[in-house]
Amino acid sequence: MPKVSVDGQELEVPDGATVLQACELAGKEIPRFCYHERLSIAGNCRMCLVEVKPGPPKPQASCALPATDGQEIRTDSEMVKTAREGVMEFLLINHPLDCPICDQGGECDLQDQAMAYGRGGSRYDLNKRAVTDKYMGPLIKTQMTRCIHCTRCVRFSEEVAGVDEIGALYRGENMQITTYLEQAASHELSANVIDLCPVGALTSRPYAYEARPWELKKTLSIDVSDAVGANIRLDSRGREILRALPRVNDEVNEEWLSDKGRYQVDGLVRRRLDKVWIRRDGKLQAADWNTAFQAIADANPQGSIAAIAGDLVDCETMFAAKTLLAGLGSDLLEGRQTGMDYDVSNLAAVNFNSGFSGIENADAILIIGSHVRSEAALVHVRLRKAVKRGARVFVVGPEWDTTFPTTFLGPDAGVLHDLPAEVGEVFSKAERPAIILGAAGLASGALDRSLRLAQDWKLVRDGWNGFNVLHLAASRMGGLMLGYGRKGGIRDLAAAAPNVLLSLGADEVDYSAFPNSLKVYIGHHGDRGAHAADIILPAASYAEKDGTYVNTEGRVQYAEKAVYAPGDAREDWTILRAMADVLGVSVGFDSLAELQASMVAAVPALGVEGLADLGDLPASSGGGRASGVMKYPVEDFYLTNPIARASVVMQRCSAELLHGEGLAEAAE
Amino acid sequence: MLADRDRIFTNLYGFQPWNLEAAQKRGDWDDTKALIGRGHDAIIDEMKASGLRGRGGAGFPTGLKWSFMPKESKDGRPSFLVINADESEPGSCKDREIIRHDPHKLIEGALVAGYAMRARAAYIYIRGEYIREAETLFSAVAEAYDAGLLGKNAAGSGYDFDVFVHRGAGAYICGEETAMIESLEGKKGQPRLKPPFPAGAGLYGCPTTVNNVESIAVVPTILRRGASWFSGLGREGNAGTKLFQISGHVEKPCVVEEEMGISFRELIETHCGGITGGWDNLLAVIPGGSSVPLVPAAEIMDAPMDFDGLKALGSGLGTAAVIVMDKSTDIVRAISRISYFYKHESCGQCTPCREGTGWMWRVMERLREGDADVAEIDMLLQVTKQVEGHTICALGDAAAWPIQGLIRHFRPELERRIAEYQANFAVAAE
Repeated sequence: MPKVSVDGQELEVPDGATVLQACELAGKEIPRFCYHERLSIAGNCRMCLVEVKPGPPKPQASCALPATDGQEIRTDSEMVKTAREGVMEFLLINHPLDCPICDQGGECDLQDQAMAYGRGGSRYDLNKRAVTDKYMGPLIKTQMTRCIHCTRCVRFSEEVAGVDEIGALYRGENMQITTYLEQAASHELSANVIDLCPVGALTSRPYAYEARPWELKKTLSIDVSDAVGANIRLDSRGREILRALPRVNDEVNEEWLSDKGRYQVDGLVRRRLDKVWIRRDGKLQAADWNTAFQAIADANPQGSIAAIAGDLVDCETMFAAKTLLAGLGSDLLEGRQTGMDYDVSNLAAVNFNSGFSGIENADAILIIGSHVRSEAALVHVRLRKAVKRGARVFVVGPEWDTTFPTTFLGPDAGVLHDLPAEVGEVFSKAERPAIILGAAGLASGALDRSLRLAQDWKLVRDGWNGFNVLHLAASRMGGLMLGYGRKGGIRDLAAAAPNVLLSLGADEVDYSAFPNSLKVYIGHHGDRGAHAADIILPAASYAEKDGTYVNTEGRVQYAEKAVYAPGDAREDWTILRAMADVLGVSVGFDSLAELQASMVAAVPALGVEGLADLGDLPASSGGGRASGVMKYPVEDFYLTNPIARASVVMQRCSAELLHGEGLAEAAE
Repeated sequence: MLADRDRIFTNLYGFQPWNLEAAQKRGDWDDTKALIGRGHDAIIDEMKASGLRGRGGAGFPTGLKWSFMPKESKDGRPSFLVINADESEPGSCKDREIIRHDPHKLIEGALVAGYAMRARAAYIYIRGEYIREAETLFSAVAEAYDAGLLGKNAAGSGYDFDVFVHRGAGAYICGEETAMIESLEGKKGQPRLKPPFPAGAGLYGCPTTVNNVESIAVVPTILRRGASWFSGLGREGNAGTKLFQISGHVEKPCVVEEEMGISFRELIETHCGGITGGWDNLLAVIPGGSSVPLVPAAEIMDAPMDFDGLKALGSGLGTAAVIVMDKSTDIVRAISRISYFYKHESCGQCTPCREGTGWMWRVMERLREGDADVAEIDMLLQVTKQVEGHTICALGDAAAWPIQGLIRHFRPELERRIAEYQANFAVAAE
């Protein structure tokens, strides 16, 4: 613990801290552009200069200088002030100063720091440099004249994303940031460079010229595009969500967000269900709520009703439906739409037990049937960190671009019963071994075998649980906690042939298995589920209701309502509550607060924000045998849910980045 | 004048072939095994005692630099020696002559120095434009391998040592030691932050020492003739001999090995046939390559040409690339051209140098014609101060110093041009 003094204030700083961190601990603000906590240190903007004694009689870059015992740091001296003014002047001589037409205006580091640390005027009256804009794909808009060459974007794509997509060309004042041959940045996290860019060089293309930051209402929410449950902030104006930005949560998403979570929000105003529809003679016709509810009642749901939960629904909706079904004497609940029927009697066996921040510390990782990059891009970031710390990674499943050294053991799940000796050797020596079982692994029946391996390799040990299941749906863990999982999976429901089938935004179900059921779709987008439905009841999306979500770690998180649902659409639980009245069922709640209270009474873990305690990992029953060539469920990263499928931006990404269309525009 | 018997580079002018056979006749590779037999630390101590200061420009004591290398590898990382042959400083051309005509001095030096610092291999990073020189060096290294002087059991010493020659691609900044390491690793040549210093984590993250060609090439001779011989030459703290490269307005520009501390006048009179137009015609001298401030005629004439002597004049020895300018020189244009060079060669990594070098050059161009305000001279000086000492590497300093030297010594000339331009402008406006 070195002792340093900052502006005369003595303090101890942790070992390995830099001078900049020491200054921050002392409560001093150090201006910076290139330095970022989650990226490597570049030290190239020279904005963080401070005076340090002992040392050479010139200002030092505090971001790169280790704090050592007895240092005397000054952030308020004349030398520091002059140095900052000088660097700021240099940064601004070739910056266009076009703040009035710049989307970064109002949330721009350069703007703020120029006000705080600049000189107020420029002595440079020569021509400014102009740089041609680069094409970086459908998400990132560039204005490269504004670039201050901090290289945060370059370091992000190299270090965090693991792809060398962005780099610097040329040198000196001709240096330019670009993608290789101006190809679109195609990584699943590429748009995070927009947040990282301290100026307006990289801005959001879909959000271009939409709004100023001070016009926006900010609502804390949870991303539902995958099972990671990234913490986001929804920025809305009026009734429209204009953008989603990541919030900092070191346990979940650090401060990144997948491109899908960020840019599917324009789908929230497209293809929306805003009216009640009833299918008559094979055609959907607009109707009103009472007619719809009466039609459901006429179908005789008593004792013959089932509910399928979609991937995006919140726990409240699922609980309301569960209560309704209980009142009607049914427990036909299922959330695994694609027909998976893995054993859910013990939820610890289907949970990401290491936690996202924990998996970083794993030193041997076996991935079974998961294309982590497309299924949970933010978990992939953690895996990269683990590999950087020396972890060995093995994958059972078809090969994919992991961006780090990986041993692929073959696409057939059967290899799990006959693993190469090398794997056993690495895992028996590992201190923190981990298994990540993905959806393709679950589908091929590898859960039991994985539990067996977990036992053999002692994945659960002191302070470490290395058994992880990576789900795809934001609603999955919450659904399983609420009982949306039956022994036979969705086949049980089909076998019961219920009179009424409630579809809670379930769009991936094969509805042909329910030919004689009245299919009631309660959801927000006119997607596959609505196409199959007999009655459509318009509901609210994740942005339009308060809700509880449980991510694949078993982490309970709450999202807030940002805007109102369009048209006649209602929050899901109110629909179910009104339906209960028509069906003559008493559900015991009249407000969201009451609903939540009874939900927490039923499942106490949902009442506590944070990781739910799901108990100990069960032993393998020894019965299951994994087999078959695995197939990853995510075929198109950008179009995995109804909101994303409705989003023009996501469609564009899919077409251009995955299917190579639309290059004509890039060439223009 | 340096006696012939005290010369290290005996084939500097290429009167004899460069090849191994000829080099051995000149005494290179003579019982190198015995030199190595003295042991790691004995060689380093001898180098320290010799007082050799790095010949690349900064003048850091070579033996001391070597002693920063780890004595043993605790984690299995090897150590490396990187030899800087990326001689790109305008005015410098000494390494070129060494590689052209005496490459075996360098290769033998690499082995001995590499052994002393416990390096596994030496990388010679040669400037991309030195095409013939690179060919010579490749051939010389191949000769040495064929003769068993490099590789396993190099020169019969029992020490395994490899020498790799790597050609640069023409960037001045790759002569900066950490940028050179980046470039060797296959990355964009941009200087690294220090710390960590190369002796801790350099090439491929391993302990590395970067030395200039001349510093390495003189090592075998110093060891053979003894530290006291070398330190007996030159002045206190500025020992030994040095290759001076005199260019510009002298009768016979040349590269010559001379004793450190020789006076400028003697250097020019003895080897270069005097200043064109005589000593009264001398305007200024840039004594150490383009990056050091110029020294006006009156101050340089009898100054000792060594590190400390030139430092006292507010300049530096640098690489001893002496650029002589007589009174026919447009001194402002000359410095402006140097500014252009640094603007062109700035790597663009850190802000003050990236933005400042262009700014400085543009103001210099206007000052050249006088199309400026007198106040801009002070502004320019301030800008140079804003660049100097605020950058990652020394290129920022190198860009600032020539301009500072110009303003320090030739401010009246700048003001005269401005006045003249404004007078002409006033006439034209009437």
